[in-house]
Amino acid sequence: MKSRTIKIDWLARVEGEGALHVKIKDGKVADLKFRIFEPPRFFEAFMRGRKYSEAPDITARICGICPIAYQMSACHAMEDAFSVKVDGPLRALRRLIYCGEWIESHALHVFLLHAPDFLGYEDAIQIARDHPDIVRRALQLKKAGNNLVTLLGGREIHPINVRVGGFYSVPTKRELAALTGPLEAARDIAVEAVRWTATLPFPDFERDYEFVALRHPGEYPFNEGRLVSNRGLDIAVRDYDKHFAEQHVPHSTALHSQIEDRGAYFVGPLARVNLNFDKLSPLAQETASAAGFKPPCRNPFKSIIARCVELVYACDEALRIIAEYEMPDQPAVQFQPQAATGYGCTEAPRGILYHRYRIDDQGLILDAKIVPPTSQNQGSIEDDLREFISANLSLPAEKLQWQCEQTIRNYDPCISCSTHYLKLHLEQT
Amino acid sequence: MKSPVLIIGIGNPDRGDDAVGVIVAQRLRQRLPAQVPILQTTGDPGFLLEAWQTAETVILIDAVQSGAPPGTIHRLDAHESPLPANFFRCSTHALGLPEAIELARALNLSRSEQDQSRPGRDKSRSERDELPPQLIVYGIEAKDFTAGTGLSAPVEQAADQLVDTVCCAHDCIGQAARAVVP
Repeated sequence: MKSRTIKIDWLARVEGEGALHVKIKDGKVADLKFRIFEPPRFFEAFMRGRKYSEAPDITARICGICPIAYQMSACHAMEDAFSVKVDGPLRALRRLIYCGEWIESHALHVFLLHAPDFLGYEDAIQIARDHPDIVRRALQLKKAGNNLVTLLGGREIHPINVRVGGFYSVPTKRELAALTGPLEAARDIAVEAVRWTATLPFPDFERDYEFVALRHPGEYPFNEGRLVSNRGLDIAVRDYDKHFAEQHVPHSTALHSQIEDRGAYFVGPLARVNLNFDKLSPLAQETASAAGFKPPCRNPFKSIIARCVELVYACDEALRIIAEYEMPDQPAVQFQPQAATGYGCTEAPRGILYHRYRIDDQGLILDAKIVPPTSQNQGSIEDDLREFISANLSLPAEKLQWQCEQTIRNYDPCISCSTHYLKLHLEQT
Repeated sequence: MKSPVLIIGIGNPDRGDDAVGVIVAQRLRQRLPAQVPILQTTGDPGFLLEAWQTAETVILIDAVQSGAPPGTIHRLDAHESPLPANFFRCSTHALGLPEAIELARALNLSRSEQDQSRPGRDKSRSERDELPPQLIVYGIEAKDFTAGTGLSAPVEQAADQLVDTVCCAHDCIGQAARAVVP
């Protein structure tokens, strides 16, 4: 009888902190726990009693990488509660700032965090020595996204210019036009990145996932749409709680999210591209197809290609919005808060981010629910690991550990937002 | 044309002693003529790498935690050796200051190797270098990173001391101050 333990104690290149324990008995995975050890952060509890207008800025602090996603989901939930409709240039600016966040986040993850796994490097510093151009392109791409978030969000980190109903101030046409050059260069880098990532060595691994993403009749989803899946889910955002349930698991401070009666599901770039390929810009579709990427793609390692396809799209969409922009008269629409429950779900870089708030007639928050993408992907991450390890037990321990980390990084998990991440412990008996 | 010097204060203004880098930068701003470029940042590596390309000497100020008594001022020369990674508050988000410096060093190295194989190109090289010709990091030993508390007493004292040190110890600041504004 042979027993083996894989331990990954600190997972580098993951946003936040987590650990993985795997117990192998008689050539099978007997136990697998993907633990997250950031302390619980109690954001939902301390939103109670705060004003509705504070929700976008307070929840934005949950994550330094995707604050825009938090601001957007919070705003849409409040606007749902107060029956506010944000349209025209303000709606377009919301998409634009979201493009900025996707570009920043995807560029960082693709080139500096995930690519080292495929190329056999410990980290981005090693890549920089052998492939400096990859790192320079990553930084250039990320900068084009930073420009958008800084201009529309008011500052480089922790943006403060988004509010329920719109923005505190809006940019001029001229300010936006200045970002065109860097975005065009970024789009070229992204197109090349799709071609390049499609040539990376991918493990032969596929699973039959339930992919979940927003879908909107007229556009690739950022802020609005219905929640759909490849297994027939097609619901309004306000019905989220009827179909998804969160479970507390003892080994993690993150809640595990499941679809009622079906279990684990998959959110993020691969889910979005699979479910919304037809809504990508022509250039993004052509680039993906030319690189041999066809939806539905069920190999989670290929999420790095999906991220690059979305980089092309986000640059394209940002350029389109900038070209069509007319400065609105007012930076936000007027409305009256009222007692109601509001639901918001938007596409964070890592997948759907759900917010629900119950508000009283004074505009104070009675209770809040926040479901970040990483906790929604946790079930799929554990299932992937279980299957991947079972199929690859013959690999040397070091290589197996490496590929476990790579498996986890397919999801670009953000431990700090799901509180919910890596040390690997593999135990074999 | 590169500036003779660039001063960068790194920190989070809301996290107790973590703010000391930006506070020193603000105090230096009051003391030094406007020609001397001073930036404040939360430490995004992309921002740092881009900023570093604009100056011959970069002076960085950041809070550190090495186990020394709070308020201790460490002076580290990035060209002498890599920064001790456990000195700096590690970020759960992406790359920290030591990683940003090593990334810049690796990029420089690869370029100089490339240039060696293509003679005649090294003239423009230092203009594009990611790691500046001189990079001095002042680390102030922090005591407390509690949100919203401001600087602790020993760090407050060290901040003032470091402002004096930076003003006196670097000839490049005098050069920048004397520079004619175009």
